Amino acid sequence: MTTPLRIGFIPLVDAAALIVAVDKGFAATEGLDITLVREVSWSNVRDKLNIGLFDAAHLLAPVAIASHLGLGHVKVPIAAPFNLGLNGNAITVSPALHAALMAEIDGDRFDPMATSQALARVVAKRRKSGAEPLTFGMTFPFSTHNYQLRFWMAAGGVDPDEDVQLVVLPPPYMVDSLANGQVDAFCVGAPWNSIAVDLGVGHILHFVSDILLSAVEKVLAVRESWSEKHPDVVVALVRAHLRAADFIEQPENRPEVARMLAQPERLGVDASVIQRTLDGRLKISPDGTMRESNRYLLVGREAAARPDPGQAAWLYAQMVRWGQTPYRPEALKAAMAVFRPDLYDAASGHPAGPSHAIGAFAGPPFDPADVPGHLAAFKIRRWKP
Amino acid sequence: MSAESSPKIVIVDESPIRAAILEEGLREAGYTDVVHISEMQSLLSRIYALDPEIIVIDLENPSRDVLEQMFQVSRAVRRPIAMFVDQSDAASIQASVEAGVSAYIVDGLKKERMKPILDLCVSRFKAFAKLQDELDRTKHALEERKVIDRAKGILMKVKGLTEEEAYVLMRSTAMREKKKIGEIAQSILTASELLK
Repeated sequence: MTTPLRIGFIPLVDAAALIVAVDKGFAATEGLDITLVREVSWSNVRDKLNIGLFDAAHLLAPVAIASHLGLGHVKVPIAAPFNLGLNGNAITVSPALHAALMAEIDGDRFDPMATSQALARVVAKRRKSGAEPLTFGMTFPFSTHNYQLRFWMAAGGVDPDEDVQLVVLPPPYMVDSLANGQVDAFCVGAPWNSIAVDLGVGHILHFVSDILLSAVEKVLAVRESWSEKHPDVVVALVRAHLRAADFIEQPENRPEVARMLAQPERLGVDASVIQRTLDGRLKISPDGTMRESNRYLLVGREAAARPDPGQAAWLYAQMVRWGQTPYRPEALKAAMAVFRPDLYDAASGHPAGPSHAIGAFAGPPFDPADVPGHLAAFKIRRWKP
Repeated sequence: MSAESSPKIVIVDESPIRAAILEEGLREAGYTDVVHISEMQSLLSRIYALDPEIIVIDLENPSRDVLEQMFQVSRAVRRPIAMFVDQSDAASIQASVEAGVSAYIVDGLKKERMKPILDLCVSRFKAFAKLQDELDRTKHALEERKVIDRAKGILMKVKGLTEEEAYVLMRSTAMREKKKIGEIAQSILTASELLK
């Protein structure tokens, strides 16, 4: 007997495990008949998951946590049994801002502390000359992109709420907005950074793996109540994703994966752009400069897909740091409980994989057991002890 | 309804026809203060400038995520806005999502005032979807008609049939192969293209 499921996704490369699980037949092997529904906004994905129009969703990890805690919207308990990806975002800046940063930089241009301090000098000069504050685009208030941009710029002394403007922009509008000067930079997932570079309107300044060594990005999310009612379906779903992630991580399968994702009803962008992301080999500048990283996007390797509650704690700490919610120990506990390594282990059959330390370039190592102590170490923050 | 009791409503929709249908419905119901935004650039600043009490947006619009920023406490926000969610009435939320519309209200607006507006939006969105569907079907039927006519012409020329004989041949083939006559006609066109 097959189980019909409706799963929502946003056309981004980190939906790869979900798309491959369906289109390569791994889900069918598990007895799942999945209909993928392409969505245009995270709000839609969240709401349709919440009210049961979707059984599962490709969701921003912070949105899963915010939903679970009832931040910014209705409270719907969520379970996340599978990470769809670690890392995968990049910060892209306009050619003008890139030139300004390179003129100010003191150190290696891939060193986020050097670029962040350069940004602080650019911001100070602009203020002195009376220029408008720089505007940075990101995808959602509760997004990794928001927190990654903030973490990076605050380290060099730029206050993301006072010194620049952060605005939400839907990913498909990012490139146009950079080209027409509505934003000076953005942080977004693939393929949009590469598209900006290919069109000559942006330079990739950082892979987010420069800023955070391992940062959970999207999760496969289900309603907690649904997962309790259908434990076998959850295991089957995770198993299909595990096989898909393994498939994606075999370099010889990449061209096929890229073609699958490129289909018009999936991502609808050029397969070569997708493959660059999967391979972690990106053109970072319109002049053709390439940069490679084995940490650009991790889909399944190094047990990247196994949910780590410590990562959820870090995301919750960012919500607290930037004033989206006051710190409450019980909320921290609840946030961590969204990430479900137990469900992952039940599907993978071998319990306890490695955990993924955030590995931020600035500040003390993150300790989920002492979030207030950790946040107190940062000067720029909205949270008050 | 008197003018001062009519809340200011902003419709965010890139479809001018649907927005017009919605606007008309709202005006008929006595909501006189309605503004339509069709341009998504600088959406937030335009909304802040208009300072509405209610915002209606279609779910096909990626800019829905932009509106989420209004829930955040920031200097840019004049007064807090929330998504209209009446947790005591899950059915109405389901209905609005299924109809493809979502509404946001300023903090403090009574939900009794919001409910009829949302219901109206849902019924107008549904009416628009039905219209769109009919239009699509008519277009499709017209397209199919053209394909069938061309296929008929080919059969008449190649096999020396009359118009009626050509049509009967296609129809009987379609019945035998359990396909639509349009599909058979399309295969004839494709084959003749290949054999050219």
